[in-house]
Amino acid sequence: MSIKRSLLSVPFRFCNMALIFFLLIGINAFAADPEVSDSDEAVKAGESLFNANCKTCHKLDQKFTGPALRGVSDRRDIAWIQSFVKNSQKVIQSGDPTATALFAEFNNTVMPAHQFLSDDDVMNLLSYIEFGGKEEAAATPAEGAAGAATATGGVPSEYLTIILAVLVVVLLLILIVLGLIVSVLTKYLNKQPLEEDDKEFINQKTDLKKVFRSDAFIIIITAIVIALVAKTAIDGLFSVGVQQGYQPTQPIAFSHKLHAGDKEIPCQYCHTGVEIGRSANIPSPNICMNCHMHIQNVEGKEGVSTEIQKIYDAIDNDQPIEWVRVHNLPDLAYFNHSQHVKVGQIECQTCHGPIEEMEVVGQHSALTMGWCIDCHRKTDIQTAGNEYYDKLVQLHAESKSKDALKVKDIGGLECAKCHY
Amino acid sequence: MKENKKTYWKGLEQLTNDPEFVKNADREFPEYLPISGQEEGGSSRRDFLKLMGFSLAAASLAACEAPVRKAIPYVNKPADVNPSVPNYYASTFVSGGDYASVVVKTREGRPIKIDGNKLSPITQGGVNAIVEASVLSLYDKERLTGPYKGGQLSDWATVDKEVAAKLKSAGNVKIVTNTILSPSTEKAIQALSESVGGAEVVTYDAASTYGITKANEMYYGANVLPSYHFEKADVIVSFGADFLGTWISPIEFAKGYSKGRKISTEHPVMSRHYQFESNLSLTGANADYRTPIRASQSGLAVLALYNLIAKKAGAATVRAAAVEVEHLSKAANELWASKGKSLVVSGSNDPNVQVIVNAINELLESNNSTISYTKSANFKKGSDANMAKFTADLAAGRVGGVIFYNCNPVYDYPQGETLGQAIAKAKVSVSTNQTMNETSSLVQYIAPDHHYLESWNDFNPKAGEYSLSQPAISPLFDTRQAQESFLTWAGVSTNYYDFLQDSWKVLFNGQSEVSTFQEFWDRALYNGVYSTPLASEAADLTAVGDVNAAAAAVGKAYTASNTGAELVIYQKVGMGDGTFANNPWLQEMSDPITKATWDNYLTVSQKWANENGLKMFEGETKKAKITVNGKSLIVPVLVQPGQADGTIGLALGYGRTKAGRVANGVGVNAYQLLDVTKGFVNYDITSGVSIEITADSYKIGQTQTHQTYMNRENVIQESVLSEYKKDPSAGRVHPEIYKDGEFVKPSKISLWNGHKYSQHHWGLAIDMNSCIGCGACTIACQVENNVAVVGKQEVLNRREMAWIRIDRYYSSDAEAGDLDGLEKASDNPEVTFQPMMCQHCNNAPCETVCPVAATTHSSEGLNQMTYNRCIGTRYCANNCPYKVRRFNWFKYHDNKDFATVNVAQNDDLGKMVLNPDVTVRARGVMEKCSLCVQRIQSGKLAAKREKRKIQDGEVTTACAVACPTDALVFGDMNDPNSQVSQLLKIKENTTSAVKEVNEERAYHVLEEINVSPNVWYFTKIRNKDKKEA
Repeated sequence: MSIKRSLLSVPFRFCNMALIFFLLIGINAFAADPEVSDSDEAVKAGESLFNANCKTCHKLDQKFTGPALRGVSDRRDIAWIQSFVKNSQKVIQSGDPTATALFAEFNNTVMPAHQFLSDDDVMNLLSYIEFGGKEEAAATPAEGAAGAATATGGVPSEYLTIILAVLVVVLLLILIVLGLIVSVLTKYLNKQPLEEDDKEFINQKTDLKKVFRSDAFIIIITAIVIALVAKTAIDGLFSVGVQQGYQPTQPIAFSHKLHAGDKEIPCQYCHTGVEIGRSANIPSPNICMNCHMHIQNVEGKEGVSTEIQKIYDAIDNDQPIEWVRVHNLPDLAYFNHSQHVKVGQIECQTCHGPIEEMEVVGQHSALTMGWCIDCHRKTDIQTAGNEYYDKLVQLHAESKSKDALKVKDIGGLECAKCHY
Repeated sequence: MKENKKTYWKGLEQLTNDPEFVKNADREFPEYLPISGQEEGGSSRRDFLKLMGFSLAAASLAACEAPVRKAIPYVNKPADVNPSVPNYYASTFVSGGDYASVVVKTREGRPIKIDGNKLSPITQGGVNAIVEASVLSLYDKERLTGPYKGGQLSDWATVDKEVAAKLKSAGNVKIVTNTILSPSTEKAIQALSESVGGAEVVTYDAASTYGITKANEMYYGANVLPSYHFEKADVIVSFGADFLGTWISPIEFAKGYSKGRKISTEHPVMSRHYQFESNLSLTGANADYRTPIRASQSGLAVLALYNLIAKKAGAATVRAAAVEVEHLSKAANELWASKGKSLVVSGSNDPNVQVIVNAINELLESNNSTISYTKSANFKKGSDANMAKFTADLAAGRVGGVIFYNCNPVYDYPQGETLGQAIAKAKVSVSTNQTMNETSSLVQYIAPDHHYLESWNDFNPKAGEYSLSQPAISPLFDTRQAQESFLTWAGVSTNYYDFLQDSWKVLFNGQSEVSTFQEFWDRALYNGVYSTPLASEAADLTAVGDVNAAAAAVGKAYTASNTGAELVIYQKVGMGDGTFANNPWLQEMSDPITKATWDNYLTVSQKWANENGLKMFEGETKKAKITVNGKSLIVPVLVQPGQADGTIGLALGYGRTKAGRVANGVGVNAYQLLDVTKGFVNYDITSGVSIEITADSYKIGQTQTHQTYMNRENVIQESVLSEYKKDPSAGRVHPEIYKDGEFVKPSKISLWNGHKYSQHHWGLAIDMNSCIGCGACTIACQVENNVAVVGKQEVLNRREMAWIRIDRYYSSDAEAGDLDGLEKASDNPEVTFQPMMCQHCNNAPCETVCPVAATTHSSEGLNQMTYNRCIGTRYCANNCPYKVRRFNWFKYHDNKDFATVNVAQNDDLGKMVLNPDVTVRARGVMEKCSLCVQRIQSGKLAAKREKRKIQDGEVTTACAVACPTDALVFGDMNDPNSQVSQLLKIKENTTSAVKEVNEERAYHVLEEINVSPNVWYFTKIRNKDKKEA
């Protein structure tokens, strides 16, 4: 599988790079304002600023809480953009017609002031708005494929299959040849003058009934059956209490696909506890209201959606929303999100699966101890820049181990890491 | 909520609620289970198989369907509350005059743990058992849920209207209270008092020190309680004052006392402590020289000391009957030798005795050094005289209205019975108590106060020292702060919070450091404490009292030749005055001295027991009938080494009748035996006491059988100061093992390979010189680790669950076979306290015997216990040389059999106190000290998140935090700069499990078996001239 992907990815990557190249040339050629830099640093700086300050309300190519931004440096002049970004209300109140029209178009939604941004920051933002974003979308699959190729070591599974197939063919051929030899030999011996006993022996037919009744056969079959039954039973017992795939209906038909996938809202925006504590936190309705104050229905639909209405009801009635817990760890196991997300820098998807594609959230991983331990065995520790690990890194280097420092090397398999 | 819940059923019988099923639902096997398989008649083997088949199906059905669990977020999340992240609030614990500045740990808005506030100049981060346990009282189901009128639940509007009107018309209103430390509360009461035409405030204390304030008034003309500085004293003499356990401000005194008792090779100096007392108190157990004396002689002993000192000072002596008291002249010599750095205190409540004590301290020039009258303390303001007058007035029907502000005199005042009967004579009676206790149940209106963790308040424990308490949780019930009630009844419309801030504006105006009041207030609230400088440090007091008159009065009241029984009534460290009796943690805390739980009892001397034919064996004893001036009680007897012969001790705080389901009927009420005929509450009853042993057998639940400690020199290692000065390793025992023709250190022979600790190596150093045995650590551990309370019967079965216990050893130098010597030793033995918990052995014997590897070793030196893996063979406990493992014989949580004792794990309210980071253990598993691994993990995580190393002191155990004497020090032995490494003098920085410890006093308990613990003990050094019993 991985061979195919990595082989395929080469032309893909070429295509992508070519595409990006052409796009860049194209944009450069038609860029209206020479001041907006297309340098990588500017785009990068702009991207982080955009993610930190703008992303919750703006998209590059789509209308969101605020207007789609790409091409804004064509539509408006730079000075106007700078003053609007820094304090939009000031511009609106000054009676600027473009600003007033814009304000009215977006339901009088106030854009917060960003006076802490310098002019250079705004220029960097514009660089990202004009030149960023697109390559990101294009580059992701390429990167993923490359990653997959490097991740697999040893003999690829395709080779194994081929070798196995060849072996089976060879064995079959040997069987046929042996059969032929036997029949040739029998024919030959029958033509020879032999005693009755010998003849009988040569011409005897295999008695299947006898074989089936033989002790050896019965013992072997019984053993196999017992082994299979035992294995099924043990597997079955292991799956008791494992709720993998559990996908309950929630009181609000909240779609992670829409929010995390299509709208690209970062997970931490709602799950605020994920970097500070044990629980990730299910967002309280006041967090929902940051956006749903303005967004009352899915794009293109009129009126208030019945699902969004439930948020309003919760707030009006001061009645919490009772979500159904999807991921249930037993009380005896201690799990801390911040350890994994903040310290270990694990992606949410590693455990929760492709959450950005889920309409209804289900339990992706088994959440069994074996599953935890397996990951602790394989996962490298994010030691870079973390002074806490300095001594461990040094000792690990001195031990001349070939592998990177894994969770298991610093006690990640010990009982009291999770059970106390 | 309801409509979303699914119903689960295991079989049709359960769904239809079949009577037969219901009958057998709780049984493991229905009765008719045909094991023998008779074919004819009854049920057949086939039925059995069918049944089993069905059960299997039912069981698997039940197992597959996990219950639907809800995740309910806030509607509007408070900005500073994050689920799973604790918040800490500075606050103040106050109960009457008992004071501690504290930090409250809350999780999801629930207070779950109380720690000491290190910023407080008074308690300095220390707590005691009662303060630690007070968080459970918040979740007490017996608390009143709203205002009461005539014994019926009412509403605030009705109660307010009627009480305000009735108070105004009643005339002669009295407000009865324990000591009030809060200036704003006093103001609120003042406002109420004025509105009803001048109500008198009657203050009394269940544990009265009226004698001291009265004596100061007589002697200095100032009715104040001074501050005592035990840290400044080189010689301390105490006549029956249990200042480490219960006297006035024990946390503060323990802190100070321990500062004078910490020694090192660089500073081989410690204070010397003499104790003259009748009962063996916690303080007496820590004394260097302790002399048991009869209560009837105690006044004369004080007089004798006065005369000895006066002779040296050239002052006039007083007439006093001669009394033979061992060590008294030695004490006098040393007090005089360290004049100005010595301190004499007395626990007596007799003002005349206290006048003599004042005179002694005056001669010793203790004022302004070890005693401070400028920094006067407000802990006890009670007046026995006023209370006696009030009781008489009430009984005579002269009182129109009475308000009981958070006090329970019907229970804890000696004449409580009279008082209780007289309450009905008042036109209006009101109580602000939180529970339907002995007093509340007799009044017309109850306006229940908030718990202190729900309240705003301020306190002024000492001159110039202020502290604040703030709510750490919204009120759980429809209660209202008492001060708010007072203001309402007084017709003042300001709420108490504003009222409080108004009185703090005076403090704000008196300083210039902070410019806005908001900032001043926020800072004080954040710190929990605020200090103002005093006008002058030295008090200008002139002694005006008549020592001779006092001496004459003492001479009359005390006698050297009493032969009758004497009753000395005392307080237990864990129970105090009985206010918190309904707290099962305190009930089950084993008394530091007797190690008894769930009871009070008469403590008698071994000699008395021998004479009266009482033999006590492992808690098995007889009940006795004690009669004091006509009042009789039936109480079990406990033979107590160190009890002065002829005296009998009995603890207060028990015998509650309306405290709640935990405390009701536990022990007897000793308050009713107290003597008030002399104008003060007398705790020493020296005449009219008779005692006779009855035929009734009784068992006292003791956690340590008290046997004279002999020949366990490798468990308790001790020496005296003079020896220590010569050789810092004095008293150390160095066991050696014979191997291959020579004797070697035990650590040279090992079956184990040893561990390597790359990052951390957690260790605990315990200084037995500092440990006073107060037991604060045991309650702290119980709170932190969700340790179950098991109740008296299970304690008797030796199944208590405490993870940390304090072993109390008596000692003498008599040989094991020397019976006479041993008997003498039990008259007045030496006492040593040793906190004992899992030793986290590097060569752990428990780990090697576990068949399922449920107890294992971590890479940081911890011995880990994995409950979910444990199958309960108990091999580990059998193989543990320290006997620190605890087995869950029952399911202690959600079990109606333990509902009245283990309230923290049984009712919904009690469960709010549980630490959500620690598993509540199931039946059939082993548990033990984890060195607070949850705290270690969270400390490590905080460091990792902030990308830094762990700082020393950041991670510590609950016991070490709680310790008021800093006897326990926890830290990373791999960090050469940590306090624990410094204490143990670990020089090299190795990753080896066996560290080279250079501190001469440090030792391992049972070193000869070489289990190599990570808990180190420091030898106990007594400040005695020479080694003796």
